[in-house]
Amino acid sequence: METLIQQVVNGLVIGSVYALIALGYTMVYGILGLINFAHGDVLMVGALTALQTMLFLMGVAPGMSPVVMLTIALMVAIPVCMMIGFTMERLAYRRLRNAPRLAPLITAIGMSFLLQTLAMILWGRNYHTFPQLISTTPMQPIEGVFVTPVQIFIVVASALIMIGLTLLVNKTRMGRAMRATAENHRVASLMGVDTNAVIAFTFVIGAALAAVAGVMYASNYGIAHYGMGFMPGLKAFTAAVLGGIGNMGGAMLGGILLGLVESLGAGYIEHLTFGFLNSSYQDIFAFIILGLVLIFKPTGLLGERVSDRA
Amino acid sequence: MPTKPASPLLQLLNLQVSYGGIQAVKGVDLELFKGELVCLIGANGAGKTTTLNAIAGVLPLAGGEIRYNDVKINAIPAHKRLRQGIALVPEGRGIFTRLTVEENLRMGAYSRRDQDGIEADLEKVYTMLPRVKERLAQVAGTLSGGEQQMVAIGRALLSRPKLLLLDEPSMGLAPLVVEKIFEVVQSVAKEGVTILLVEQNANLALEFSQRGYVMESGKITLTGSGNELLADPKVREAYLGEVA
Repeated sequence: METLIQQVVNGLVIGSVYALIALGYTMVYGILGLINFAHGDVLMVGALTALQTMLFLMGVAPGMSPVVMLTIALMVAIPVCMMIGFTMERLAYRRLRNAPRLAPLITAIGMSFLLQTLAMILWGRNYHTFPQLISTTPMQPIEGVFVTPVQIFIVVASALIMIGLTLLVNKTRMGRAMRATAENHRVASLMGVDTNAVIAFTFVIGAALAAVAGVMYASNYGIAHYGMGFMPGLKAFTAAVLGGIGNMGGAMLGGILLGLVESLGAGYIEHLTFGFLNSSYQDIFAFIILGLVLIFKPTGLLGERVSDRA
Repeated sequence: MPTKPASPLLQLLNLQVSYGGIQAVKGVDLELFKGELVCLIGANGAGKTTTLNAIAGVLPLAGGEIRYNDVKINAIPAHKRLRQGIALVPEGRGIFTRLTVEENLRMGAYSRRDQDGIEADLEKVYTMLPRVKERLAQVAGTLSGGEQQMVAIGRALLSRPKLLLLDEPSMGLAPLVVEKIFEVVQSVAKEGVTILLVEQNANLALEFSQRGYVMESGKITLTGSGNELLADPKVREAYLGEVA
């Protein structure tokens, strides 16, 4: 029983992070029909920028309170990632808006390599210890179930961000323009919408979410390096597909579900395989889900229509 | 016919547009004066829709000039042309099917900031299109074709256009609904909005318009008042289904 509750808690935590990343994938897909495979690497840049900022602050102001330091680190990482999102769209994807669908997809993979390589040059190949600014001392709300303050921070912050984003998209003028552009660029421009600006805005918002997710991910595992974006990026993509790519509610649902499945799977895989596989194989669950969804319900849980664009 | 002011509101000079690799518009000259209701008729594929799209700015020009209020606007993007008063109700209506009816209408007022004016204009649209008002909270994709056309026109009106481009508003609609739509178009024209109407239903279009242009294979082949064109044997034969 403790294992079950513990794994549900862990699943909610990592699922919240997947959901934040998946939102970036799904918003960009919704508006451009593009899978931005460099999205995971934006997360990595966010984490490493935050790390760099923290190290700097620790050097110049050793007595600074951890919460202030984390806030400053986020305030640096978020704009840096926004700039990267904006630049990627402006320099690479915009030119390919009307190109055959394979071209932007390959470009996205190229962007991913580019960001990883630049990060490797800047931060080296080594794993860096990510400062655990929020306490990781576990509490025991239930006997045998451990929850750390950093986990609570991740879940609460993700929930707040998702509520804010939902309001932005459904209740504001910009949100209406985003939904209109997602449905039909040409007609949106006939309504006076500067669709280029709306698309750029979508990339920038997605990148900001990735920056936050990157800091959360690194805080949770206490580690950061140039290749750290690949796996959460791929899993968040799976989550977006699971929920129905292009659908924001689907990305949130898919992220949480994927986190739960992965976490419960990791908790029970040894029993399930009679000790043949252990919890280090937890990554297979995401890809089993991706395979099953693509075979049996390619539109995902909440997706209604399939677009034929890549 | 109203007395024409010195310079036209819209002027196409040798307009050329390529679309999908072929030249769909091959040098069109057209003039539209303030307050006029003018139609552009012609067979399928004559280049009418392409002409309207070029005026609205969603298709680039291959040559020629578009002048609006005596200013060349060739290089101005679509969203800025709307702000200058050029609104297009596109072929097939272009409704945002996943947005509600009210959100669709409000998209028409996207570039306006005068909240009071927007609310007042919404009320005006509701009075003009009572069917639409009953369905404000509905997702627009669930509306019938006629209702969607009403929403599309209402949405364009919410931008307070000076020049309204209508692309086949009667397409795919029952005769009774078409009549309703044309009544709305006429009442909009009476309010002083200049209208360029593209129609395949030449009879109806010419009846309602002060002047008309006939387009064939990317060129204007005939022009005149609505009545002149209605009486023209070539028009009667080609577009009104009469045997000469």
